[in-house]
Amino acid sequence: MKNISFGQYYPADSVIHRMDPRAKVLMALFYIVCTFLCKNVLCFGVLILSCILLIRVAKLPLRLVLGTLKPLLFILLFTTLINVFMTKGETLLTPPDWRIAIYAEGLWNALFMMLRIVALLASTEVFLTLTTTPIALTDGLESLMSPLKALRFPVHDLTMIITIALRFIPTLMEETEKIMNAQRARGADFRSGGLIKRARALLPVFIPLLSSAFKRADELANAMDCRCYHGGEGRTKLKVLKFRPSDFVAVFSVVAFGVGILFLNRSGIGYTLK
Amino acid sequence: MTETEIFIHAEHLCFAYDDEKDAIPAVKDISLDIRRGEYVAVLGHNGSGKSTFAKLLNQILEPTSGKLVVGGVDLTAEELTEEELLAHRRRVGMVFQNPDNQLVATVVEEDVAFGPENLGIPHPELRERVDRALEAVGMSEYAAHEPHRLSGGQKQRVAIAGMIAMMPECVIFDESTAMLDPLGRREVLDAIRMLNRERGMTVLNITHYMNEAALADRVIVINDGEVLMDGTPDEIFARRAELRSVGLEVPQCAELIHLLRDAGFSVEGEKISTVEGCAEMILRSLGVIEEKGR
Repeated sequence: MKNISFGQYYPADSVIHRMDPRAKVLMALFYIVCTFLCKNVLCFGVLILSCILLIRVAKLPLRLVLGTLKPLLFILLFTTLINVFMTKGETLLTPPDWRIAIYAEGLWNALFMMLRIVALLASTEVFLTLTTTPIALTDGLESLMSPLKALRFPVHDLTMIITIALRFIPTLMEETEKIMNAQRARGADFRSGGLIKRARALLPVFIPLLSSAFKRADELANAMDCRCYHGGEGRTKLKVLKFRPSDFVAVFSVVAFGVGILFLNRSGIGYTLK
Repeated sequence: MTETEIFIHAEHLCFAYDDEKDAIPAVKDISLDIRRGEYVAVLGHNGSGKSTFAKLLNQILEPTSGKLVVGGVDLTAEELTEEELLAHRRRVGMVFQNPDNQLVATVVEEDVAFGPENLGIPHPELRERVDRALEAVGMSEYAAHEPHRLSGGQKQRVAIAGMIAMMPECVIFDESTAMLDPLGRREVLDAIRMLNRERGMTVLNITHYMNEAALADRVIVINDGEVLMDGTPDEIFARRAELRSVGLEVPQCAELIHLLRDAGFSVEGEKISTVEGCAEMILRSLGVIEEKGR
């Protein structure tokens, strides 16, 4: 459990890895918009190709990216099936006297929806989690959200919370394991029994974990006080983010990609999503 | 700056946790002076009030009554403003017991930078401070590591680097070695010695390890929220019976001298706090080495 690296950062030396995290957040956002702009076969084809291209540029193994999609397979299948069976269209594929009606439009919808979700997840991973360290990501978010400070939105506090959460996930994981081992040593059984029995068995793990988390929080707060923490005001940063011209170009090219998708939509080839 | 400048002055300091009514005060009555540049060990068994005393010095807790002057600023005169409090904490740093619960950032160098960032130290000084602090504790090569992959001693050294980067005048170690293995403990003690000897920082090491107390210039024994003894390690460890009565043991080498004396041997000398001192005393009493004047 100790080897879990949260955010699954994959170290490599690529253009995308070196980009300003703010640029990457923006690109991820615009790319998500692009996936929703896609309406026909041609667009989705281009979208998937662009995904593969991005993975290549980021120097990530294709397998790794696909592997991270695995836990979402169920949701993916579920939405696909829902689309197949629930869409009503004009071209009926099943005999009219069947109780289940499948339309051609339903199949198209299902395919497009699946491709959209895959592109959406793969692109956020390529732009954010796999190529950006958690600390760079929070720094980027803090900087991007800084205009919200004018609306009294606690941007700094929020990013501080994220940073501390990231910092303590491995520590608490380790602790969970320790407590579980301690309970096992006293004969606790976490494996057998039904769902309810197993959930109950975890109760003696969560209570000590929770109480120690509060203790840790208290000590951490003291330590932060001692190190003169007083919110985001007047704070400097060790790593200053630099938005370079290449970052501009990169963000702009995603926007251009979206415009291109809009044009491809007009081509009217094959089935068009409504 | 004179050598005898008093940095910490406490007068009848008293503190009671107010969550229980009629609670026995954790710190009853502590009066002492600590000079600038001193290396002081504060000894006491669990519940003696030594950690509470440390927290008072850093204003994590406010004394119930008494007077506390640190670095010429009277902390008990009136309510401190936010700025005064920050200025005080900048001068007096603190390293805690659990290395896991005092590191904030997910990368070592970011954590070391946390203090100076809060102080608003501009670039490029910020970078320099972080690099120099990491170098001082010998952790430069771990700058880009994640804290949770480090050993306890390493984490504690990162915490010390975080303190150094704030450039305090005084550092308080609140049982900072209690959760470490022997190797980690030595790493931290070496860092403490470096801060005091090379950088002239005032150091307070709050501990219940006798061997650590022996390294200090001065030992203050606290029991039941009061100062029981105050003196050099040699003076303190000569009073074995009193230490025992408050649940403390003298270091092994001092214990040996005491046992020899109890058994009727005449072992002359005072330097019982160090192994070398004890060895010399025993050798001299055996006549292996000559009396003083060599």
